[in-house]
Order: sequence, then structure tokens, then C-alpha cells
Amino acid sequence: MHDKTLTELAAALAAGEFSSRELTEFLLARIDRLDGELNSFITVTADAALEAADRADQTRATGQAGPLTGLPLALKDIFCTRGVRTSCGSRMLDNFVSPYDATVVEKLAAAGSVSLGKTNMDEFAMGSSNENSFYGPVKNPWDLAAVPGGSSGGSAAAVAAGLVPAALGTDTGGSIRQPAAFCGITGLKPTYGRVSRYGMVAYASSLDQGGPMARTAEDCALLLGAIAGHDLRDSTSVARGVPDYREELETSLSGLKIGLPREYFGDGLAPEVEAAVRDAIKVYESLGAEVREVSLPHTELAIPAYYVIAPAEASSNLSRYDGVRFGHRCENPTDLVDLYKRSRAEGFGEEVKRRILIGTHTLSEGFFDAYYKKAQQVRRLIRQDFLDAFEDVDVLMGPASPTPAFDLGAKKDPVSMYLQDIYTIAINLAGIPGISVPAGFVQERPVGLQILGPHFAESRLLNVAHRFQQATDWHRRQPAFGKENA
Amino acid sequence: MQWEAVIGLEVHVQLATQSKIFSGASTAFGAEPNTQACAVDLGLPGVLPVLNEGAVAMAVKFGLGINAEIPETSVFDRKNYFYPDLPKGYQTSQMYQPIVGPGEVEITLDDGTTKRIRVHHAHLEEDAGKSLHEDFHGMTGIDLNRAGTPLLEIVSEPDLRSAREAAAYLKAIHAIVTYLGISDGNMAEGSMRCDVNVSVRPKGQETLGTRAEIKNVNSFRFVEKAIAHEIERQVELIEDGGTVVQETRLYDPEADETRSMRTKEEANDYRYFPCPDLLPVVLDQAYVDHLRATLPELPAEKRARFQDELGLSAYDASVLASSRAMAEYFEAVKDVCGDAKLAANWVQVELAGRLNKEGLDIADSPVTAEQLGGLVARVKDETINGKAAKQVFAALWDGEGESADAIIEARGLKQVTDTGAIEAMIDQVIADSPVQVAQYREAAPEKRGKMIGYFVGQVMKASRGTANPQQVNALLKDKLDNA
Amino acid sequence: MALEPEDVRRAAHLARLGLDDREAARYVDDLSRILEMVDRLQAVDTQGVAPLAHPLDATQRLRADEVTESDQRERFQRCAPAVENGLYLVPRVVE
Repeated sequence: MHDKTLTELAAALAAGEFSSRELTEFLLARIDRLDGELNSFITVTADAALEAADRADQTRATGQAGPLTGLPLALKDIFCTRGVRTSCGSRMLDNFVSPYDATVVEKLAAAGSVSLGKTNMDEFAMGSSNENSFYGPVKNPWDLAAVPGGSSGGSAAAVAAGLVPAALGTDTGGSIRQPAAFCGITGLKPTYGRVSRYGMVAYASSLDQGGPMARTAEDCALLLGAIAGHDLRDSTSVARGVPDYREELETSLSGLKIGLPREYFGDGLAPEVEAAVRDAIKVYESLGAEVREVSLPHTELAIPAYYVIAPAEASSNLSRYDGVRFGHRCENPTDLVDLYKRSRAEGFGEEVKRRILIGTHTLSEGFFDAYYKKAQQVRRLIRQDFLDAFEDVDVLMGPASPTPAFDLGAKKDPVSMYLQDIYTIAINLAGIPGISVPAGFVQERPVGLQILGPHFAESRLLNVAHRFQQATDWHRRQPAFGKENA
Repeated sequence: MQWEAVIGLEVHVQLATQSKIFSGASTAFGAEPNTQACAVDLGLPGVLPVLNEGAVAMAVKFGLGINAEIPETSVFDRKNYFYPDLPKGYQTSQMYQPIVGPGEVEITLDDGTTKRIRVHHAHLEEDAGKSLHEDFHGMTGIDLNRAGTPLLEIVSEPDLRSAREAAAYLKAIHAIVTYLGISDGNMAEGSMRCDVNVSVRPKGQETLGTRAEIKNVNSFRFVEKAIAHEIERQVELIEDGGTVVQETRLYDPEADETRSMRTKEEANDYRYFPCPDLLPVVLDQAYVDHLRATLPELPAEKRARFQDELGLSAYDASVLASSRAMAEYFEAVKDVCGDAKLAANWVQVELAGRLNKEGLDIADSPVTAEQLGGLVARVKDETINGKAAKQVFAALWDGEGESADAIIEARGLKQVTDTGAIEAMIDQVIADSPVQVAQYREAAPEKRGKMIGYFVGQVMKASRGTANPQQVNALLKDKLDNA
Repeated sequence: MALEPEDVRRAAHLARLGLDDREAARYVDDLSRILEMVDRLQAVDTQGVAPLAHPLDATQRLRADEVTESDQRERFQRCAPAVENGLYLVPRVVE
């Protein structure tokens, strides 16, 4: 049961092979047995999950089941969940039981899905390795010495280990696509504004986007359909109809124009990763696609621009954690400034503080124009690169990450960690959608192929990813971890 | 040396929306603490703002009301600072692209002349909560009900030259926002608050002196007093060889002085940047035109019309147009009685005098405009004389009758103009006052004018005030002089 | 642009982050290297390029002025560190 896709589980539930309760109990037991080692969950909501599973089974019994009814999922612990601790991987919110549900949480519950719990993450979604969690690092099920990627590392590891068939993540600079690549699953970052951010704890508001992480593109299509859509509570959410993302999955790729950004195959890309990506592209050629090289000339500016814009927004977004209305408060504050300074010093981890300091510095008087304004100008140039490229090609392809998953503790220097996101970060600056699909292995560690499309081209991306998965079986591979316990 | 003050005002007006600027929580005043602070107002993790159309419409109306430019695009920025009444650690405001561009406000000076004060811009922002310092064993209590209430901050150019002018400007802003119905203008409840920038310079000098900012001056009277005090302080300081430092000062109405508020330690750096949770606000021309069509006649226009069309004096026009309630009351009285000058006189003297004495607002007047109009109509057509009119007014005030006509009827106050009836009363008075008649007749003609008053009084008394005084006078004179 | 220890202290104070000297020294080092990386932006000619604040060229939607929220104080204050009589308590604010 643990190695089935969401789509397969839906069919099995519909056929009555097992009930949602049986499935839920099975997965809860598996989490119980395996997650001590993996650390992919921060909170497991077993009781609520079983209740939801029972409700789903009843719904099914009355013939009212929808496509998600009774399907187990997990939520990155950044989505506010009423009555459940929503920690964001931070000591600051360790005691925060959310009084309300995020829009996507409401939508998934209304669709009859069953949440098993909240997954581990880099604190406030700041990180590329999941080592920045107050709840400890998550391990990569393919190799317990490796990181699962971040910041949605818990979601990626849980899906890869067969603890849950799918999960939600968020992506501000690659936080869905990179862990999906490192863990050998499929992860989609939708177009900015496609999925509501209401109730999704903000890191960098103009970059954050929630999206599905699952074994297959088909499963991502199913989940995206359930969470996408205009939300009156999110001013930046887009008023645009939501198609059935599964409808175009089978469309032929004959004549598909694929662009390979020259800058995504340069120095710093591990040769074995490049080889795996090029092999994947050959598969596309065999499916009738045309491949050409393109250029995204401002690529190398994406990381510098991001590390101005994201920390600036974060420094402001995280000011609300002041020990007054919710969250961590220091013991016996002597005065107001002491309350603020100690609560925040104790509540936030090192990387979060680092980004708050950068953001505060670059926004301050005398630096604003040189940093923030400049970064926003460069952001426009970066977006224009993509808009220009999509004049000539339908999708862009390249690696999701320059290397496969690295070892836990291997990257101590923040800048070298930041440079990991070289292929994912520009996509958030431009607001376009991107998907990572499993495309091979380097020394038993998965490699992800990243596919990018124009704004709102999710159907196309899912179609392109799905056809690849029909022609390959990388996404079907299972890590040894947890197999003997299946 | 002759000194000149240079004053600019930042007026914060709470807009009269039902809900907050970025959330659906109520803005009603006086609720239990934190019962009107929703998830968005509290800045809970994950919440997001959505802009209230009502606040936008009110801001635009204000802009149109001061003939300001309304830019097509305005943008919200975050002003970052920590304070317990500021839940998100930033105030959402408009720093670089405000919703209302440059405009101007006409103020009326003491001599009845007008002066135009330029408005630099007006922008939308959210109000903060309140800190309560009482009874929490050394702690401060925070109530966030007010957090997120829409504010329009109206920033003037430094065109004001005296405390009186500043007060007149504040009154003009008050009149405009209440005319427009975009604020209740209730200064006691904090619906209008004011920060003042004051500097002084030798008369004739072009360059500006160093300014001090006086925070939160919250009544017309305090604005005037605080500024007058601050001007005096600065002049004295300079004349004593000191220099004015740029600082924030707080006005203490009890001591009638301003004092320095912040020490140099706190150099603020608000790190303004565009709010990434809100998109640019783009107003199309049709929307602005639609709002323009809903604008009422504003104080300046009303003042001009009262003078030009109704023939009122500049002073009367200015007083009657000073508030929408007053103007509407006056116009209703005028419409009922058909005489603008008489209506103006009654509203300003009798009604305003009594309201003032009782400490009432015109909106709370026990005498309706309809009733007062009915009374003035009877004065105009001479159904009653002035003395009876005052009686009728008093009766209306005390609720002793539905209308002037009913009171006149019930009390028999209708003016007696029947010569025969008046003559009969005169004859009776003459017969009853032999001594006074004798004195009168012995007096020199130039002294008689004063002496006749006694007889007029007696006749009026006999008529219970209803005899026409002019008729009584003429007939008495005739009878006394020609006997 | 070089980063001085004073810049970090100033940013930490503005952000109300308590830092001890050891942490402050480390952040001076980290932030210097991050800003060095960021400084690559300075080499780009961006004259005439409008800043991009949002990835989509969308405009703000307006909400009707209606009260849609009801009192949930009790629920919201369950996660508050210190409340009394419905008020959030903080150390005395000196004005």
C-alpha cells in the first residue's frame, strides 16, 4: 500500500479494496515505526486523521465521494491548521496552536482528504537542507547520511519513504523543487498567485507559493486542482479559472519546443547530474520534441537579487513575532525592549536571524536604493529573460540542482548553501511555474529534471512531466529505507 | 525683532467605514477590548490584507473635495517599527505614491477674508491599537480594537502663519470631512488627530527655521494653544541666544506647555518598502467620475452661494456654512419661511445662543428646522410680534407644542392689529394712570419720547404681548399728545 | 559596500534581536560575505528599468465595506502569553 500513487490509491478506495480507515491506520503505523529515524513529521495528527478517514468512508458509502475523498496527505508545518500546532519549524511557534485554517487546508478538508500531520521544514522556510529546523534535521530516505533538501524537506522525505502518498510544500526559492529532486519525487511550484497564500506563514510574500509534492505528475495534477484558485482573502491570488489539470496529461509531445538555458549547464553543474539531465532530454526527443539552446542572460544575478528581496520581505514579515499576542515570550522581561530582544533572540534560529539582519540592513536608510531598488530592477530583467525565452520555446529544461543531495553537515557556510539554489531561484523572481521530476541517480542519490513554463502553464508542465513518466520509471524507484518494513 | 511662524499640519482622519481598511472586523467605537480585533488585525501568522473599497472611495472623495489630483496608481508601503499597539511590527501606509495628490483648502480668517492653504498630499494608512496603563500591576494592557481602522493622513504645506490660522485650517478640514460624510469628525473619540510642525523665522527671511513637531494635539482649542505656546517658546529660546532643535514634543493641556518627547537615543529608521501583500491600486476615470458625481456642495461653495444668491453677509455665510449640520438646518428653515436673512438671524442668534448655553450640538437641537421655519414664517408675515416669537421659541424648545402655529393658537399670541381693540386698551390704560398722564403732558416734548415707554408697556401687558407695538406707539402718541 | 560591526548592531536593534558579542562578530562576518555576493548587482546597468515588486502585473482587488468578522477574542487569546481582562499584557510602556 505504501508504494502506491495517489491516483492508484484513489482507484483502490473506489473499488473497495480497502477503506480509508485501513489505509490511514496502515500509514500511521508506518510513520510510527519509521519516522523516529527520518524525522519528517513535526506533528502527527492520528486521532483527527482517523476521524477524517471514517467520515470519508461514510461519504463514499453514500456515493458522494470526490476525487480526493479518503486520500491521506501531509502538510508542511507552515500551513495554519486550526487546533493543531503550526510551528513553521521554529521555537518561536513551538507553542502556537493555530486558531484558524489556511485556505488550502480548508480546501483539502472540504475535498475529503485525510491529513496525517505536519511535516518538518527549515525554520520559516529558510534553508536548502532542512538542517535549520528547531525540531532537528530530516534525513533523506535514499541515504540517511544525506539531507533531503529544503525547505520542504519533511514533505519530500515522507513521500519518498512511503509514509504518505503526497504532501503540500511551499517554494520561495526552490523549496519544493529541490527537495523533490533530492528525494526522487515530483514537486510542482505553481505560478505565483495560483494557490492562495492565506494561512501559509509568510517568508517572502512576493515569492512564496504553495504546491503539491507526490510521486507522479498525475498526482500533482490531482492535488493542484484541489488547492488552486482565486481566494478573496489573498490580494495577490489570481482571479482565473482552474482547469482540470488531468485533462491534458496525455497530450502528445510531438513538436514540443524545449529550450535548454545555456546558463543552466555551466560551471558548477556536477557532470553526472548533467549526464542524467541530458539523458532525460533524449527521452523527450524520442517522444517527438525539438530541443534547442536558449539563453537566460541574467541567471547569475538571480541569487544576489533574491538575497536582497527575500530577506527584506522576511525581516518585515517576521516582525510580528514579538512575544505579545502569540508565540515564544522570554521569562520575566524587564522592559519592552528586553521583551522584544530576548523573545526574538530565543525564538529564532541562526539562519532566520541572519536573514532578518540582512533584510533590515539592506532596507535601512542610505542602503535602500543600492540594494532593494536595484534588486527589484534586476528582478524585472530576470523575468524578461524568461518572457523572451518563451517567445521561442514552450518549456525550458535543466537540472533542479547542481548536485544530488549532499551530506548532512557538509555545508557550513551560508553563501555556499545559498548557491545551491542557482537553478531554482530565478523562477520565483519571475513568478513562473516549475516542476521537478525524477530523472536518474548519482551514486544512489536521485537527480531531478526541472521543467519550466510560462505563467499559468501548469497544465502544459504536468503534461510534459507525465509523458516522461510514462516513458521512464525513475519515479517508480523506492529507497531501501522502510522496504523491509512495508 | 519681528518673528514669523511657519506651520504645517498633519491631520489624521478616521474614515467612517463599517469595517477596517484591510479586514472585515467592525470599526465601531467603544466595544470591549480586543473583541473587534480579528485574525488579520492581530497579525496572526499567515494572515493577509485585502483593501476596503469604502476607504478608497472616501479618500478619493476627500481628494475631489479639495480639488486635488487623483493619481491613477497608488501604492501601499510598510513602515517598520516595533510598538506593542502595532501588531505586525509595521504600519501599512503610503509613502511614495499616495492616493491623493496636491490640492488646496480655503480657510476663513477672523476678518472674514479667506486664504488658500496648499495640501501636499493625503494618504491612506491603518490606525494602531491603544495602550492602557491603569491597573495592571505595573504592566501595560493592549487593546487592538482600533488597529486597522482606516486613517486618511492629510499633510499640508507649511502655509500657515499663526495659531489662529492653524485652528481655522483644522476647522476647514473638519468641515470638509463631515460635509463629505467620510468621518464623524469626533475629536473627543480620536476620530481626528493632529500633528503640528512649527518653526519661526525673522519676518522677511526666506529660509525656514528648525522645526519642532508637536504630536497628538486633539482639539481645536489645544491646537491653537499648543502652537501659540510653541511659537513663544521658540522665539524666547532664540532671543535668549539658544537654538531650536529638531525634535518631537508633546502638548500637555493641563500645564499648557509642550515638552520634549524622545531622547536622542531613538533615531528612527522606518525602512519603508512596498507592501508585497498588496498590489498597486489602480483607479479608472469612470470610478473617479462616479465618485465626483456623488459629492455634496462643500463649505466654500456653500459660503459663496449664501453670499451671492441669498444676500447674506460674509460673516453670516461663513458661520452658517461652517458645518454641514448647521448649513442644512439653516437651509431648511429658510425653505420653510422663505426669508434667508430672517432665517440666518434666527439660527445664529436665538437658536445658536440657546444651543451654546445648553452645550448642545445643532444635531441635538430640540427645536427642529421645520418648527423654527414655521416660527420665522409667522414673524415674517407679522402674525406675531418679536416678543411673542421669543415665547413661542421657548415653548418649542421645552416641547410644549408641536408647531409655532399650534402654540400661537393655544396661547392666543396672534398679534392684535385691530385699531379699535388697541384703542380700547389704550383708553383703559390712560384712564388707569392719571398721575403718569399728567406728568407726561406737563413734560417738554423732547422728554416725552422716553416717557411714552411706560404706556406702551402697560398696553402690551394688557394685550398679553400680542398688540402690534408700532401701532400701539402711534395710537398712544396721538391720544396723549392731542387730548 | 563594506559592513561595519556598527551596521550589524544597528540592524539588530532595529529588528529587536538580542545578540551577544560573539554572535554579533559572527554575523558581521556572515553578512559581509553575503553582501559581497549581493554586490554583483552593482555591476548591472539598470538605468531606466522600473523596479518589479510583484511577478505578475496585477492590480489590487477591492473588498466591499462590510463587517464579516465576529468576536473570537477567547479563541485568539488562547495562544497569547499574557492576557488580563481581555487585554494583552506587556511590560509597562513609558511615554
